[in-house]
Amino acid sequence: MSIFKQGLAALAAGAFSIALAQPAAAEPVKFDFWFGLSGDLARVVDTLCKNFNASQADYEVVCTSQGNYDATLQNTIAAFRAGKQPAVVQVYDVGTATMMLSGAYKPADKLMEENGYKIDYADYFPGIARYYATSKGEMLSFPFNSSTALMYWNKDAFAKIGKTEAPKTWEDVGADLQAMKDAGYECPMAINISANESWQLMEQFSAIHNQPIATKNNGYDGLDARLEVNKTKFVQYVTDLKKWYDAGLIKIKSKDLGQDMVQAFASGTCQVIMTSVGDHGTVGKTQKEGMNWDVAELPVYAGTERKNSLVGGASLWVLSGKSDAEYKGAAAFLNFIHDPKTALFWSTNTGYIPVTKSGFEYMKGQGFYDKAPYKGRETAIASLTASEPTEITRGIRLGNFTQIRAEFGTQMQAIFANKVSVQEGLDTLVKNGDAILDRFQQTYPGKTLP
Amino acid sequence: MEKRVTFSRWTIGILFAVPQLLLIFTFFYWPAGQAVYWSLTLQQPWGGGNIWVGLDNFRSILSNADYWNSISASLIFAGISTGLAMFIALVLAALTDRQLAGSRLYRVVLIWPYGIAAPALAMAFRFILAPEAGFMAVVNQVWPGFWDPGLDGTDAMASIIVAFSWKYVGYNFIFFLAAFQAIPRSLIEAAAMDGSGVIRRFWDIQFPLITPTIFFLLVINITESFQDSFGIVDIMTSGGPANATNLMVYKIYSDGFKGLDYSGAAAQSIILMLLIVVLTIFQFRFIERRVHYR
Repeated sequence: MSIFKQGLAALAAGAFSIALAQPAAAEPVKFDFWFGLSGDLARVVDTLCKNFNASQADYEVVCTSQGNYDATLQNTIAAFRAGKQPAVVQVYDVGTATMMLSGAYKPADKLMEENGYKIDYADYFPGIARYYATSKGEMLSFPFNSSTALMYWNKDAFAKIGKTEAPKTWEDVGADLQAMKDAGYECPMAINISANESWQLMEQFSAIHNQPIATKNNGYDGLDARLEVNKTKFVQYVTDLKKWYDAGLIKIKSKDLGQDMVQAFASGTCQVIMTSVGDHGTVGKTQKEGMNWDVAELPVYAGTERKNSLVGGASLWVLSGKSDAEYKGAAAFLNFIHDPKTALFWSTNTGYIPVTKSGFEYMKGQGFYDKAPYKGRETAIASLTASEPTEITRGIRLGNFTQIRAEFGTQMQAIFANKVSVQEGLDTLVKNGDAILDRFQQTYPGKTLP
Repeated sequence: MEKRVTFSRWTIGILFAVPQLLLIFTFFYWPAGQAVYWSLTLQQPWGGGNIWVGLDNFRSILSNADYWNSISASLIFAGISTGLAMFIALVLAALTDRQLAGSRLYRVVLIWPYGIAAPALAMAFRFILAPEAGFMAVVNQVWPGFWDPGLDGTDAMASIIVAFSWKYVGYNFIFFLAAFQAIPRSLIEAAAMDGSGVIRRFWDIQFPLITPTIFFLLVINITESFQDSFGIVDIMTSGGPANATNLMVYKIYSDGFKGLDYSGAAAQSIILMLLIVVLTIFQFRFIERRVHYR
């Protein structure tokens, strides 16, 4: 029910700020920014907004958290249909295809050009820019909070089995987990298999191994793309994970069961997890006293040439139907966020990584990565820039991908509960996922992705 | 002459009914009509346009094995949780009505659960039933792997049934207790003097006299178990594991709001509405015959 309440509150907030937006002389032009972060992260965004408002006198951004990414998209759609949309909205990575077909946005590159801002788009890390750019390379939205998946490993546990480095291949991971089990560790590695873990288990794995998730270059080349994860290296990966789970090397940890992966790792219960670099700060803050740990790039299968991992997070879209004055404000706001100094502020206060090379260089120059607690986060940049993005590692451009992720969770749970075999489960995932893609294509007849 | 009078009564009657009709139209018929329209089209979420597809949405839903799975999960949930909630409430109310020691206290305490919002109570049950940290962790210590709602669909279904029943025991209790107390004491006292025991009096006197209440609660409980289960499922299982608790009302939400498939969700809500209508008609047609109204 809270979703409806949030929706109402959001609509009310929208109406309220529009009522306030009547430009009086010398009053700053107000515009809305809706975002999907909550808790600590929402407070950082609020500070960011305050800093922007204090940095100049012409515009005032009104920042409203909508609770989470799903709710932000739902509320924005509802507001857009009622003509009360915010000027800027944060949309998560997998919502990109839906946004591109919505016809409800103003292209970010055009907005900046019209308002006289010069943005060097080559300055963005290619792995980040291509995820949000069109197939022709135009930036329709601005990358904002970005992360990628890393392997967190407990140095103490690995020291017990005589290792000082994180495993680089999945073959080594298997051997190390077995060694830790033999050394008496109850939970050598923790995973979870809900819709959310599609990101690190399926999407990141496929990118690093240069394996497609769907045809048509993961959907970049057309709405008629269809899944094909049931015949890539991913099948072997799931088979191995299941084998290790059956052997007691991997435990499933989720909030519903009492303890999630990050808590299990920070408390020293489990020795290896794969999660976002965004959890780096949480682990540091909540870890067991004196525990030694580090992060490493996700492993690959032996003999694989490593490719760049995928960016996760969200980008900022500017919506259509606002006044020129508001667009000027939105452009100034995006320019402010693009600034390397903002990147330092943002990354220091959250676990997110800088999205531009200049931001990264600036942070390195400030000595950000030299000492705890931020040391290790540069691994995320190394992972994202492991190679030039290929046609397949640019990203994923599939419609209603949220539903496909849900289907991933469902089938993984069926596989791990021994209801179906690995191949059967992945075949069903492809079959049901294709039905979702088919439906998405039918909803937008005659339209093509930009 | 008489005609005129009838006519004027008719207008006045309509005038009195208009505010109510307007409300019903605005908040019920209009959205329901909109849902019917959406279910016959493919809607672009951002309002960019729609295409008329006739009954295609219904065809694709009804040919989907997951949807039938969702229907049977909903029926199992409705059947067991209604039975459990009504049976427990009936026993508690019967005992409270006997005015055993402390019955005044029970009368107040037992109606509280209904006052708790579904998400809040779901959160509480999530902690209680967590296999590694909660009450069930103790059971798992004794029989490792006995309780695992994260992977075992039956366990997950059991958790949401327990949470839902717990809430509705309170609701049912109020009605049952009121029904018991409406039975004239003299009837029960007379039976007692004739030498019949507690159980006998219950089956021969009290139970037949409260059948209208039982029937009313049956209809309400089944209807609510289709609709009010949303908050509990959302917090406790999110429809998992492997769709085992993906009840119809939750599937409508996740397809519509998370998947932005407004048309498919509209079609599903029409089907849910029809199902509840059919179930209710069935209850009135076949079960109500056995109800004795005074």
